[in-house]
Amino acid sequence: MSAFNQNRSRIVQIIFIGAFILITLQLINLQVFSTKYKMAADNNAFYRKVIYPDRGIIFDRKKRAILENTISYDLVVIPAESKGTDTLALCALLNIDTATYKKRMRDLIFKNGAVKPSVFESLLTTENFARLNENMYRFPGFTLSERSVRSYPYDCGAAVLGYTAEVDTGFLRRHKDEGYEMGDYFGTTGLENSYEKILMGQRGIKRFIRDNKGRIQGPWEKGEFDTAAVAGKNLYSSIDVELQQLGEKLMQNKVGSIVAIDPKTGGILCMVSAPTYNPNYLTGNQRKKHLVDMMYFDPRKPLLNRTVSTTYSPGSTFKTLVGIIGMAEGVIDDQMTVSCGGSYLGCGRRMGCHAAGTFTLKPAISKSCNSYFAVAFRRILDNAKVNNRDITLGLFNEYAYSFGLGKKLGVDLPSERMGNIPTSKYYQKIFGKNWQACNIISNSIGQGEITTTLTQLANVMAIIANKGWYYLPHLIDSVEGGDDYEMLARFKVKQRTKNIAESIFEEVHEGMQGTMEFGTGAYAKVPGINVCGKTGTVENAYRGESLKDHAFFGAFAPRENPRIAIAVMCENAGFGATSAAPIASLLIEKYLRDSIAGPERKAKIEQLANMNLIPPQMKRLMTKQDSTKKVTLKKSIAKK
Amino acid sequence: MNRKNNNLAGEGIDYTVVWLYGILVSIGVLCIFMVEYKTNTNWLATFLGGKTNYSKQLIFGGICALAATFILLTDSKIFTAFANLSYLLGILLMLATFVLGKNINGSKSWIPLAGGFNLQPAELCKIFTSLAIAKFISRQEIDFTNIKSQIVAGLIALTPAALSILQHELGLALVYLSLLIAMYREGLPAQFLIIGSCFGLLALATLIVERDALSITLTILAAFIIFLAYRQVRKKQRLVTIAAILSIWILCIGVQRYVVPYVFNNVLECYQSTRIYSMVGKDYDCSLNKKSNEKVTGKAARKPDDYNVRQSKIAIGSGGFFGRGFLKGTQTRGKYVPEQDTDFIFTSLGEAFGFVGCTIFLGLYLYFLFRIVRIAERQRSAFSRIYAYCVASILFFHIAVNVSMTIGLFPIVGITLPLISYGGSSLLTFTVLIFIMLRLDADRQMVLR
Repeated sequence: MSAFNQNRSRIVQIIFIGAFILITLQLINLQVFSTKYKMAADNNAFYRKVIYPDRGIIFDRKKRAILENTISYDLVVIPAESKGTDTLALCALLNIDTATYKKRMRDLIFKNGAVKPSVFESLLTTENFARLNENMYRFPGFTLSERSVRSYPYDCGAAVLGYTAEVDTGFLRRHKDEGYEMGDYFGTTGLENSYEKILMGQRGIKRFIRDNKGRIQGPWEKGEFDTAAVAGKNLYSSIDVELQQLGEKLMQNKVGSIVAIDPKTGGILCMVSAPTYNPNYLTGNQRKKHLVDMMYFDPRKPLLNRTVSTTYSPGSTFKTLVGIIGMAEGVIDDQMTVSCGGSYLGCGRRMGCHAAGTFTLKPAISKSCNSYFAVAFRRILDNAKVNNRDITLGLFNEYAYSFGLGKKLGVDLPSERMGNIPTSKYYQKIFGKNWQACNIISNSIGQGEITTTLTQLANVMAIIANKGWYYLPHLIDSVEGGDDYEMLARFKVKQRTKNIAESIFEEVHEGMQGTMEFGTGAYAKVPGINVCGKTGTVENAYRGESLKDHAFFGAFAPRENPRIAIAVMCENAGFGATSAAPIASLLIEKYLRDSIAGPERKAKIEQLANMNLIPPQMKRLMTKQDSTKKVTLKKSIAKK
Repeated sequence: MNRKNNNLAGEGIDYTVVWLYGILVSIGVLCIFMVEYKTNTNWLATFLGGKTNYSKQLIFGGICALAATFILLTDSKIFTAFANLSYLLGILLMLATFVLGKNINGSKSWIPLAGGFNLQPAELCKIFTSLAIAKFISRQEIDFTNIKSQIVAGLIALTPAALSILQHELGLALVYLSLLIAMYREGLPAQFLIIGSCFGLLALATLIVERDALSITLTILAAFIIFLAYRQVRKKQRLVTIAAILSIWILCIGVQRYVVPYVFNNVLECYQSTRIYSMVGKDYDCSLNKKSNEKVTGKAARKPDDYNVRQSKIAIGSGGFFGRGFLKGTQTRGKYVPEQDTDFIFTSLGEAFGFVGCTIFLGLYLYFLFRIVRIAERQRSAFSRIYAYCVASILFFHIAVNVSMTIGLFPIVGITLPLISYGGSSLLTFTVLIFIMLRLDADRQMVLR
């Protein structure tokens, strides 16, 4: 009977084999041919933790750290484990109410889940940290986690050093292949931005295994494939921090800027943009508030770096250049005299003047005679040899370009402006084909369409000091361990102006020294040092309202062996000699002598520091803002 | 897992099966160990501690070894003698769960025992049913080609299946269908299997193909067959043939248009329908499901998804050709696959040892099945043969369905991987199943009824 169906045992076996073959085929499909499952598994299970290296430190020229790292603490919580926390005590310590506590918890759980650690309060103040640290046992589920934060030990150089901020989506889009991720910090402004590549270092990656709820289970393969973080390289800057501090002190209550350059190297010694702010304001947990305050509510715009990002008419400081170009082109010589009766009338329109008399080049510089340079400028443009103003202006501009004007200098700071050296094309548009030298006579005294940044002006002073050559002004001299990205190479290339005889510079030096001794800059003498300087006073207006002149001062010292070239400008400070010149003189003394000698000079520091030169239109806005603040404050108090 | 046998009991026992059994149980314990392993634990201590699942499985293994020894020491006549009685007992136990039952994972099929252990009678009932069917078919007066005896055998198998469905254990109910294979070997006409498979195909087609498109296809197919048959068949029989074809056509259309949707919407639970739909890569709209709509008043039905299958496929797929290595599976360690120590134990193996490991493992199983078929065929007694075939069928069904569902070939039903999955009831059931067979095989010279 059993033999009857024996052949069916074969069929049963075939069914078994068939099913197993089917299964094997699917296994081949899943395990051998599909790669997506492997990727899905990695997405499931790996948690990549980025280990942030310390950013590089920036030192000043005497190897003092002016931008370094300190440790700050975040209060981190795992919401699921925070039951039993003394909420009231915690709220009291952090100075928040329980409603805020609950809201924050809800938000964190919503964003990051209940079992993963999230930052409850970031960047604790040292005081809060100390208080919390003692009481941590009362707050299960909460931990304090370290994090490296930028710090500015000298509280100065905000505009130069810059700050870091968290990357945003726009930044990520622009820097797709540079490995940034959400939550990273990058240098937004200043040197932090320019040298981001060097300062950021190399991030390390640790891989962790995580479970189905996102909890970390431990390192993957005992950390065999993790990469270590490499700290950012340190930078050595040419800044002299004491000079910087003094500059910032002198620029208190003023709007303006200072740039001092070492003419020998092009290294910037100090770079002050006033009003400034304590850079440490932008590191703590109040960072956002401070940033918004300064960015949107302060009419003085403290975040603007006025040394490179604003352009001004250089005023009379530009006359030195007009003189040099005139001499170089041979249209004027040291014998030429111009007599001035207090104004220049050669163009039909009166151009006022501070000094009256008869001048050759030297005293014309010293006394800042408008008429002389108007004549010189006309001679340059109306050069009979060429007899074409388009060409002569082009020639004039070539000189100006070779002095680093009208183009970006290439300072190692972001958002540098180029300034403006107008071309004949521009004037043809305005005045027609046959424009006259008189049309643009204001340019001769550094007004009109000519604009420069203060750094360019300081650089012009350095070029005059060097008699025709310069290095691109820069803040960073060297990178610890080598300049891998060749970011500093261009600062080592000697730049030359158009060919100008040394004697011409001697002549100008003489005139500039005269400025200090008997001319417009006499207020700014530095006892015992031969300073060459040039004042500048620039007319300006704001919304049709004629305002006090901008005060400019450009100088270098000592004349024999120039070690510092400096340009100072104070917005709406009036005549250049009363504010900008003495500030420059104090800085020159400080840099060359390492200290300010004598009680009289020291008193001068205080006097200048206390001098309030905030432009009236800004003052008005500030008072308005303060009063609205008061009103809103009152309102909010009334509501309570 | 080797067991001691005294000389008397050891005689004639098929040690290949015993070895295979031992190897598989050991693999099972290691798989559970992989699932539960945490770094920095003293594995020896936890193995002996009895707290972890792998340690418990080891204890179950010990209990099973005792049970196996006990079975090997008994007289094989006892199994024929008590076959029907045990079946009755099994049915009673299953009925008892409705009273004493404890709810575990949504199925009320467990009877709590002392010491935190639970017994699932539906599992044990497989043994009793196998015995009962073997006993019934092997009776001298039964001619299995007879339709009446086929129906009786079917009822024996379907009664526990029906009870299992009532306990929400769809998987266990399906297992009883596998006994068809054993019955087929004993003379059940092949048409049963063929027609059954055809309807299975039809149901599958209903899921995959658009409703109307399938109707049209079926109609065209019917017309074509009629066209062919019209020429082939003699005139006298034409009418009958055409009528038969038409009735089959009506039946198919009926199944496709009404029966299948009805089953999905009214018989199956929402989650079951979703699982079946998700297997063919489609979404099931639960709002059509009558049962889920009834529940809505109680609490909002959680939208079921195919998380299990997805994670299970990810785990197995990530194993690649050679696997990630023992204890190195990230998915296993991260507990991404739910129920990984029971129904989805195959995923830990797939991840750790890859395609190579899976193939070897499946080869082992296939060898095991073939060995049982061989044992069956060498029996002189019909009872022993039929019983062995039942064992093979049940094992085969468990393996095929369990592995298929982890790799997305079959909808998820709660079926364990024999001898591997964590769980005392399951392990004990299979141990008893296999060792009764071995006991019968040892006495193969005897003709048992």
